[in-house]
Formats: sequence, C-alpha cells, structure tokens
Amino acid sequence: MVMSLMMPYWHFKGKQNSSGEAYSVKPADFIKRTEKFILANTGTESLLEEGLSPVVAAPPGEIYLVAKQFLWFPTLKLRAGETYRLHVSAADFQHGFSLQPMNMNFQVVPGYDHVLTIKPQAPGTYPIVCNEFCGIGHQNMIGKLIVE
Amino acid sequence: MSDNKNGKRICATTGLPICLDAEFFVKCNAVLAVVFLLIGGIGALLLALTRWQTVHLLPVDWFYRILTLHGLNMLIFWILFFEVAILYFVATSLLNVKLASVKTAWVSLIMMFVGAVMVDVTILVGQADVMMTSYLPLLAHPAFYLGIILVAVGTLIGVILYFATLHKAKKEKTYQGSVPLVVFGATAAAIIAVVTLLHGAIVMIPTFLHSMGWIAQPDPLWYRMTWWGLGHMSQQVNVCAMVSVWYLLGALTTGAKPLNETVCRGAFLLYIFFINLASAHHLLVDPAISAGWKIWNTSYAMYLAVLASMIHGFTVPASVEVAMRQQGYVKGLFGWLTAAPWKNPGFSAFFLSLVIFGFGGGITGVTLGTQQINIIAHNTLRIPGHFHVTVVGGTTLAFMGLAFYVVPLLFQREYIFKPLARLQPYLFGIGITVMAMGMSFAGSMGVSRRSWDIEAAGSIYGPAAHLFLAAVGIGGVLAFLGLLLFILLTVGTLLFGRSIVGKPMESWGTPKPLAVGEPEHTPIGLPTGAGSPALAMAEAHPTQGTMVLALVFLLSFAVYYFANWKALADAWPVR
Ligand code: HEM
Ligand SMILES: [Cu+2]
Ligand SMILES: [Cu+2]
Repeated sequence: MVMSLMMPYWHFKGKQNSSGEAYSVKPADFIKRTEKFILANTGTESLLEEGLSPVVAAPPGEIYLVAKQFLWFPTLKLRAGETYRLHVSAADFQHGFSLQPMNMNFQVVPGYDHVLTIKPQAPGTYPIVCNEFCGIGHQNMIGKLIVE
Repeated sequence: MSDNKNGKRICATTGLPICLDAEFFVKCNAVLAVVFLLIGGIGALLLALTRWQTVHLLPVDWFYRILTLHGLNMLIFWILFFEVAILYFVATSLLNVKLASVKTAWVSLIMMFVGAVMVDVTILVGQADVMMTSYLPLLAHPAFYLGIILVAVGTLIGVILYFATLHKAKKEKTYQGSVPLVVFGATAAAIIAVVTLLHGAIVMIPTFLHSMGWIAQPDPLWYRMTWWGLGHMSQQVNVCAMVSVWYLLGALTTGAKPLNETVCRGAFLLYIFFINLASAHHLLVDPAISAGWKIWNTSYAMYLAVLASMIHGFTVPASVEVAMRQQGYVKGLFGWLTAAPWKNPGFSAFFLSLVIFGFGGGITGVTLGTQQINIIAHNTLRIPGHFHVTVVGGTTLAFMGLAFYVVPLLFQREYIFKPLARLQPYLFGIGITVMAMGMSFAGSMGVSRRSWDIEAAGSIYGPAAHLFLAAVGIGGVLAFLGLLLFILLTVGTLLFGRSIVGKPMESWGTPKPLAVGEPEHTPIGLPTGAGSPALAMAEAHPTQGTMVLALVFLLSFAVYYFANWKALADAWPVR
C-alpha cells in the first residue's frame, strides 16, 4: 500500500523523476543542432567528427550533449543552482548517461532526443560514465560535466 | 518393476509410472541443460575474476565476448533446456500419461540444440559482441539471431507438446479431479512461456532480416520495449517453475502440503494476468515513455505479481512449518526449522533458494522496480546483483535441489560422494549471496554493469567500491566451485553411480516423527501421517515461526526501501 502511494507522491512532490520527455530526431540533425549550440556559445566551430570534446559554458536553458562511440560531446560547463534542459541523444549506438557520484542514470537511444531538466547543486567536476555497452571501447567512454 | 509395459516402467521408489519415451527426452534435455550450465559457469568464473579489479583477468574483447556467452548460456539455454525437461517429466509422470508425440519431441530437441550451438559458435569466433540483449543498432552476424530464433521456436514446440500431452491425459482420463498443484504451476509457467516466446519471435525475426540486409533497421526503442516483453516475462516463467519446484521439494523432503490449494492456484493465476504488465521496469529511464504509464505499470500491475510471490513466499515455508510441527517438532518459534533436514541437499537447496529469492530478490526487486528509484540504479551493478539472487540463488539452486531427486529416479543410480552433495547447496548459495551483495553495494556507489574497467579514465570510485568488487570476485569463485561440484557430482553419478535399477532410491534423510504411533515413511521419505492429540497446541498456531520470518522480511524491506528514497533525494533535481 505504502509502496503504491510512494511513486505517485514522488511524482508530484519529489524532485527526482524521469518524465521521459523525448522527441524523435534523426541522429544527423541532432549532431547539427549540437554543433550549432557549440558555435553559438564558444564562437568557434567544433565538429563531432574531430573526436574532441570542447568545453562549452552555456547560460541556463537548452543545452545539448551527443553520445558517440566512445565520446561525450561537448564538455558542458554549468552554473550551480540554475535549471537546464539537457538534450541528450546518440549518434550511433545506444549509450548510458551515468552521472557520478550522484549516480543518476538515463538511457540514451539514437533517434530520440531525451530531455532531462536538471538543476546542478554543487560546484565540481563530475564524470559522465557510459553505462550501456556500446562496443569494445565502452569502458573508456567517460566524459565530464563541470559545475561552477 | 522396470519392465517395459506399454512403453512405461513403474518407478521403484515412488510407484509412479514413468513413460519411457518421455524419460528419454527428459534425460536429453536435462543433460544438455547441464552442458550449457557448465559453459556458462566457466564464463562466470572468468567474468567474476575480471570484475575484481585487482585480478582483472580477461583482456577487454574477451570480457565482453564471455559476458555475452555467459548471459545467453545461463539465462536462456540452461534454464530453457531444464524447463522443457521439467515439463515433460511433470506431465507424464504426475498425470500418468505417455508423451503425446515422440517426433515432435525430437524436432524440438534438435532445433534447440542446433540453435544453441550456432549462437555459441558465433559468439566465440567474435561475430556477436553485442551482449545477450543485442540492443539495436549494435549488430551481430545473422547466425546469432537465427540461432536464437531456432532455440525459441524449438522451445515453443516443446511447450506445445506439453499442452498436447495434458490434453491427452484429460481425454484418456488418466487422472481424477483437478490436476495436482505442481502441474498447475508448471502449466502457468508454460502459458507465460508461449507469450514470451512469441515476443521473442516478433523482435528477433525483423532483427535477423535486418542483419541480412533485407529490411531497414527496426526502431531501437521499439526493440527495447519488445525485447523486454520477452526478457521480463521469461523471468516469470522461471519464477513459476521455481515455485512449483519449491512445492515439490517441500513435499518430498518434509512432507509439506500446500496450506490452501485455492490460494496457491490463485497466486499462479496472478502471475499470468499481471506479469507482462510489469515489464516496463527495464525502461523506467528511457526516453519517450510517459511517467503515467511507467508508474501504472510498475505499481499496481507489478504489485499484484509481487503479491503472488509473497503468497508463495509465505505459504511454502508455512506448509513446511505445519508439516514439521505435525511430526512433533513444536519447540519454540523455530524448533521446526532447526530440526528440518538440513543435510538433505534437496531440502537445503529448496530452503536456501526460498530465502535467497525471498529476501534478496524480493527486497531488491521491488525497490529497483520503483520508477524514480530506478534513476539511481539503472544499468549499475545493482541490476546483476538483483538477478543473481533471483534466477541464480533462487531458480538455479531450486533446480539443483530437484536434480538430487530426479537424477537417481530417472537414471536409476545413487549419487556419488553424498557428503559433498550435502555441502553443495551451501557452497553455491553462500557464494552467490556474497557475490550479489558485492554487486548491489558496488552498484549503489555508481559502479556500472558490463564494464571491463571502471577506472579506465582515472579514479572515479572510492576504495569501498573496490572492496565490494573483490566480494564479487570471491563470492563468484565460491559460487563457481559450488556449480562445478554440482556438475561433477551429477555427471559422475551418471557414469559411476551405483545402479539401483528395480530398487528404491536411498532417502537423503527426512525428519523422523517424534510423536508416538506415527505411520511409516515411504522409502523416498514422504511422511505419510498427520498429527497426534499431543500436538493440539502446535495446531492452534501452526505458522508462528513463518509469521516472524515474514515480519523480519517486511522490516528489512522497509529499511532498504526508504534508504533508497533518501539516497534519491540527495541526487540533483531532475525531470
Ligand atoms: C557461478 C555462478 C555465477 C557467477 C560467478 C556469475 C557471475 C557473473 C558476473 C561477474 C557477471 C557480469 C556482471 C557485469 O559485469 O555486468 C554476470 C552477468 C550475468 N549473469 Fe551470471 N554468474 C553466475 C551464474 C549465473 C546464472 C546461473 C545465470 C542465469 C541463470 C546468470 C545470468 C547472468 C546474466 C543474465 C548476466 C548479464 C549478462 C549481460 O549483462 O549481458 N549468471 N554473472
Ligand atoms: Cu557509450
Ligand atoms: Cu558504453
């Protein structure tokens, strides 16, 4: 009984929920959006193909993250206490977004723009571990989320 | 005795008629099941020794390859082959009927075997490094999918043969009244299996066609949803089969009888109706699936299925308690439990399975299946931590216990090295429990599953996480030894066990009634009598001990459950 009530209760009152907000998107389009987002916030062009993960400091609002064998692109720099709408999707295979050490985990599926509305709490550098098997280099797919 | 009358022999131990055709296929399926258990078991040892970071045995590509191999050989092949064996055995011997069609049994067996070999070979030559879930767009060689399809269809044919045999029994009126509870449970398992296997076909056939390049890639999210329709429900098949085995072993080892048949049957029905609804708990943090549906699916629907498990989890030990008390073991709350036949591997495997599944699986399962808590658990080691107590410490251990009875009965040989056999369930049960706890706690600290090296990019996790990974390694080695012991004993028995053709099997040891004037035990140890007047007190409160156990369970559950909400509340707000 208690258990049946706990889930709806947290749904309305709790601060951690997975609403599953998502939109269909072609992987290529999602990559373009992310590259445009990077250009707008850093003034320099960076492409996913280059295989690097530039640091992008973005104001609160819509931010983008692509998962690709074995890279998180780009490296987001956020401000504590602000609310962001993090769009995360995959360029190739399924990946897992696992933010440590908070241990918050979400599935990343190509073709779906998964929107997570998050509010970073404390400054720090947080590893983003890929926790869905995505190929033989899967264990190396560790990115960063910077919070100031 | 064992003469061949109309293709049947009479079992010298139980007096049950055994259909010789069915016996042959039961043996084939069971032996192949054990072969796949061995393959998966060797893989298990290698995996456990790799996840223990200090040892880190396998190279990276072989880790993922063996992980794929282990998942499929254990969860699919070992379990399915053994379950088909159970179905044939239950239908023919408990209902006293012959297998409906020998040809069909051959077709099923060959398809399953060829399919399983195709899958294993494809994995081992490195053409299917996709994990057993093979989430699209990852793609394996077509032979991998074709192999899985063959196994699924072969099993389906076996299950249909089971139904045909039930039908035959009904038509020939080989039994009176309603079918025995064990048959009822097995039938529930078989019904769920049909739905499961159909899901399997729906997801695997397009994937196979895609791997051949004939059709476009199916949608990855559709794949996940359908795959988990199969993946999840198949676990319910295991639970049903396991619970049926509990009832059987409870009866064989302590004379326990179901307290209330109707309730038990009702609980089996709940599984059938509600379980496929609970499948969403694998998708709780997926994109594009609405929270409302997730919550409905994982709360009300799932709790009904869990309720069913709680009913069995209560009535099974309660029936043992009643049986023991009726035999005079009335001392205190737990006198019945301490006097239970702990040296009988059938009993210890059954009771450990019950405890490990009930406590470990129940507590972690309901918690992980909670929509929001899943955020802090998805794809971490908590997940394998959970299913190694359910399908390994629960189902696999129960099946091992059953083997200690079925092998002597069917192969008509006594187990070799009996003292080791008495030890085996403890070794395996303790090993799995240690490993699963290591996995669960490491997972709570964020350690991901399916990872060859958690510190590939420098230190992320503290020393505590590494301590728990060491527990995974050590528990894994113990469990492997338990598994190996089981296989060696069983294979050794088939080859060298003392023949008991025409003789009853020796009892593994059952409780001796304390009360005066108790009726005789049958050779297998089925106590046949009921209580005496001196036991009136015991009968007034026949299940106190189980009640206390249930309370302890509920308390530990509540602590774990709310500790998890607390941990979740400490995470960043997210929608
Ligand atoms: C000696 C006993 C066993 C040991 C030591 C063992 C150990 C392990 C280990 C270390 C992993 C890897 C976890 C990870 O890194 O994600 C694993 C995965 C797994 N095991 Fe076992 N296991 C045993 C028996 C079984 C049995 C009997 C079954 C099924 C009936 C089973 C089913 C699985 C499955 C389904 C996976 C997940 C594979 C995947 O992630 O694709 N295991 N096991
Ligand atoms: Cu990845
Ligand atoms: Cu990965």
